[in-house]
Amino acid sequence: MIAYQLSIFAENKPGKLAAVTGVLNREKINIRATTIATADTFGVVNLIVDDPKRAEAALSKAGMTVHLREVLAVLIPDKPGGLDSLTQLLHKEKINVTNAYGFVLEGSKTAVFVVDVDQTQKTEKLLEENGFKTLDTKTLSAM
Amino acid sequence: MYWEKEVEKIGQASLKKLQLAALKKTVNKAQKSPYYEKLFKDNKLNAKIVKSVSDIQKFPFTTKDDLREHWPYGFVAVPKEKLVRMHSSSGTTGRATVVFHTLRDIAVWTNLLARCMYMAGMRQSDVFQNMMTYGLFTGGLGFHYGAEKIGALIIPAGAGNSKRQIQLMRDFETTVVHVIPSYALHLSTVFAELNLDPRRDTKVRIAFLGAEPHTEKMRKKIEEIYGYKAFNSYGLSEMNGPGVAFECPEQNGMHIWEDSFLVEIVNPKTLQPVADGEEGELVLTSLQREGMPLIRYRTKDLTRIISGRCPCGRTHRRIERIKGRTDDMLILKGVNIYPMQVEKKLMEIEGVGTNFLIILEREGFNDDMLIKVEVDKKYFSGDMKQLEGLRRKIVEELKSEILITPKVNLVEPDSIPKGEGKAVRVVDNRKD
Repeated sequence: MIAYQLSIFAENKPGKLAAVTGVLNREKINIRATTIATADTFGVVNLIVDDPKRAEAALSKAGMTVHLREVLAVLIPDKPGGLDSLTQLLHKEKINVTNAYGFVLEGSKTAVFVVDVDQTQKTEKLLEENGFKTLDTKTLSAM
Repeated sequence: MYWEKEVEKIGQASLKKLQLAALKKTVNKAQKSPYYEKLFKDNKLNAKIVKSVSDIQKFPFTTKDDLREHWPYGFVAVPKEKLVRMHSSSGTTGRATVVFHTLRDIAVWTNLLARCMYMAGMRQSDVFQNMMTYGLFTGGLGFHYGAEKIGALIIPAGAGNSKRQIQLMRDFETTVVHVIPSYALHLSTVFAELNLDPRRDTKVRIAFLGAEPHTEKMRKKIEEIYGYKAFNSYGLSEMNGPGVAFECPEQNGMHIWEDSFLVEIVNPKTLQPVADGEEGELVLTSLQREGMPLIRYRTKDLTRIISGRCPCGRTHRRIERIKGRTDDMLILKGVNIYPMQVEKKLMEIEGVGTNFLIILEREGFNDDMLIKVEVDKKYFSGDMKQLEGLRRKIVEELKSEILITPKVNLVEPDSIPKGEGKAVRVVDNRKD
């Protein structure tokens, strides 16, 4: 299944992140995971939230440049080697990861690893075939 | 102390007579170019209506746009085989204005530069290091020819390569340099890096500062650092290049050579002449050119006539250092740049949004151009690599257009404040 990541274009300056979280707070949207990539003067804020479509609308309305990006949210066991089994598979299949980050769902039990890959559909199929569970937005927010 | 005493100290009556004869000749010559032939015919103009020098006001102005629209040969007034040289204004590609010279034009120009350099004190015994770009740009070759005419030993160093410049200066005991003021300041930091003091470790006694307007304060700073006398030089490729006006040893305004250029200063809005001493746009008519005579050419440069006689004895009037432009052209590191060039290039690049802002900055002795570019909302996909690629592409594309490598910051759509009416495209934070 495909999940959505919220990507926000942001100039690298004080208050930018606060503006984003302020909007989400007002809309009562919950953030599950964040990463920020910066290149000197600008960057991209990536968020996994419980209601990406509504978040997108609210942030756009606030004048921000937002894009909903398809990513794979893979369920992995929260134990040593849990992530390794996934990355070894991607390596074997020559799938390139352009961005990735993770968060723990339940301590010592399950975690979610979000991967942004060059071939999303193909990777999704491959993961399912190899016993990995991918989550869609609805499942993610229910957790 | 004079290169051509009789010309440089010419009396008012003789100058007017000389100018009138030269103006009639120029009108006759200009009429042979396709542009002026039609213009004169449409407006019933010819040399016969020129009874006094002030009759120049009966003629329409010529602008840079006219030159562009009749590119490349529309202003050429001689058979093409008589042309021996073309030059082009710096920084522009595609829309560049080109200027053509006959052998005689080059000789007249050379003489004017020799006059300027001699006036500032350069002699046959000098070693002249020309730190300007040779090529399409007029500054390099113009001074080279003038120095050769005086008989000085020329080091045609060209622009850049600071360590080599200093090496040449020391090895061959350079006494006179021609340099862009911002580069002179930059070079002083290289002297410092090499633990050298230009006052102690070089023999340079005269500098010609050209290709970009600078303040009196900046001149003083350069003179202080180097311990030489720095002379301001004014010119534009449309009027040969350098050698239009130049400072004498008094260093109080630039003598504009009125035997070669008919000078008018007009109010840039009404285009009516202003009184001597009042600021306005400099308008020039070439009086000696045959390859490409120009009549009432609007330089877009703002200046004023300094009234009163110059103690140096030269009678040609003086203009004040250039105060600014009546158009939006900017000059960075001696290169002329129009915001329009930046805009045109940016709008061709996929991913660029609607607005941009050019910021000129001076850090220490280094001038830089920073361009804030809005990203197109539709282009944004959350991919950092794509954004960085876009930023690099903008830098490369602009570099090829304006010949200067700008810093580019990508900013959010609609984040650059839009002014009421005409958009503000340039912020100049350079202070002397």
